[in-house]
Amino acid sequence: MKKILIANRGEIACRIIASCRRLGIATVAVHSEADAKALHATLADAAVAIGPAPARQSYLVADTILKAARDSGADAIHPGYGFLAENPDFARRVTGAGLVWIGPTPESIEAMGDKERARAIAQAAGVPVLAGSRRFAVGATEGLEAAAQKVGFPLLVKAAAGGGGIGMRRVDAAEQLAGVVEATQALAAKSFGDGTIYLERLVERARHIEIQVFGFGDGRAVHMFERECSIQRRYQKILEESRAPNLPAAMLAAMAEAAVSLAATQRYRGAGTVEFIVDDDRDDFHFLEMNTRIQVEHPVTEMITGLDLVALQIRLAAGEPLAEIRQDAIEARGHAIEARIYAENPAKNFMPSPGPLTLFRLPPAGPSLRIDTGVREGDSISFHYDPMIAKMIAHGIDRATAIGRLLKALEATRIEGVSTNVAFLKRLVDHAAFRAGDCFTGFIPAHGAELL
Amino acid sequence: MAEQVSTMTPGNVWKLLVKPGDKVKAGDVLFILEVMKTEVPHAAESDGTVTAVHITEGQEGVDAGMIAVEIG
Repeated sequence: MKKILIANRGEIACRIIASCRRLGIATVAVHSEADAKALHATLADAAVAIGPAPARQSYLVADTILKAARDSGADAIHPGYGFLAENPDFARRVTGAGLVWIGPTPESIEAMGDKERARAIAQAAGVPVLAGSRRFAVGATEGLEAAAQKVGFPLLVKAAAGGGGIGMRRVDAAEQLAGVVEATQALAAKSFGDGTIYLERLVERARHIEIQVFGFGDGRAVHMFERECSIQRRYQKILEESRAPNLPAAMLAAMAEAAVSLAATQRYRGAGTVEFIVDDDRDDFHFLEMNTRIQVEHPVTEMITGLDLVALQIRLAAGEPLAEIRQDAIEARGHAIEARIYAENPAKNFMPSPGPLTLFRLPPAGPSLRIDTGVREGDSISFHYDPMIAKMIAHGIDRATAIGRLLKALEATRIEGVSTNVAFLKRLVDHAAFRAGDCFTGFIPAHGAELL
Repeated sequence: MAEQVSTMTPGNVWKLLVKPGDKVKAGDVLFILEVMKTEVPHAAESDGTVTAVHITEGQEGVDAGMIAVEIG
């Protein structure tokens, strides 16, 4: 493998370029018209224009990206996260074009992308799954009420094709069921082109804990510990850390074992994340979904293990055996915590805030502070793309030290031209309940007044 | 009382929910912009009748501060 095309933009494209450089592999960036001068396009050895600013006319167009790969002489494609990363047809087309796909097999992507199949596979692998119903297509809701009674209230109505919290509604009582199901189906049909829904047990006080796994494609897999990702706002993660505070070691070990078993059973290839929901009241855990990509928060795992997950993805795809990656050789050292900096205005209900970055000063990175970003002072943050402009990851010997370093880094951050959540993050990280490790998915609504 | 509802941020017009002649109440969502993959609803601040609409559903790249809907 000599040249990799990175089918992405922003911080993840820059971060993949960094690993390629360490491995001595040349890089090709692709960019939309809006991104012609973006950092990722500048950092790569070559850059190819792939169309207008809207992602569906550029970063999501498989034909153009494959042509860019052919024309630039790339022999592999790394998709990053988002865009085409979990599109099995794209993965197939990459392979079909004689290129190496740096990611899981299209079969894995497809199976885990289909929530019902993913659940069934998890169940068969001995992984606990939440009580749930069969699927109900639009206009075919006979038996809905009985299914709901079986799952129990409160429950969630979830779009089968949904994700990231989109197309999820709560139902507290039987009389709300039909209305909520109808509304969710209509939204799902509009958003995903498929109105099919299913019901699932709702966990009142939930923690979102995920396990980083890495499969070798031959039925062997390892885990790289968990990440605590409960601090979210509208299902958008804000803080992530590892190791997870205030959870029994036995539960974490059981989750890791379940995740490895799920990866092994499907001969999973490369980096993946198995998400679990932990019920804080009952002390049990259940499978939520598996993400077949490198995740935004992967640096947290890299900071505590010293591994370069993107380099491992690339080396595995290049056919290296990765003999040094054995479970007993993977150790967690200290604590790492990541904060996502978004261009948004917390005072205006977190309204996205595109615009010019007239000032963008972040503290210097070092062994205990990692900064992943895809923008620089003078850039314009486009309304076409994700509002996340940087990730700050602090490491320390223990959680309190890591939190202290993150807070210091946030305090040293100066951004002007767009609104950001930096002040909000400072209050969040410094909050007594957060410092105490009292993480649950309702943290921000519960402490909203003290955070804004 | 006449009201002009302007776009709060640049973005794409994801949904347009009113047309001239529609009666609206304060708080009714008139249109939703798609900005950075997020929905940004724009609501009426006063009761009235929509007298003009200057955006179309699916319109891409509207600027911030442009008058989108007028209510009389």
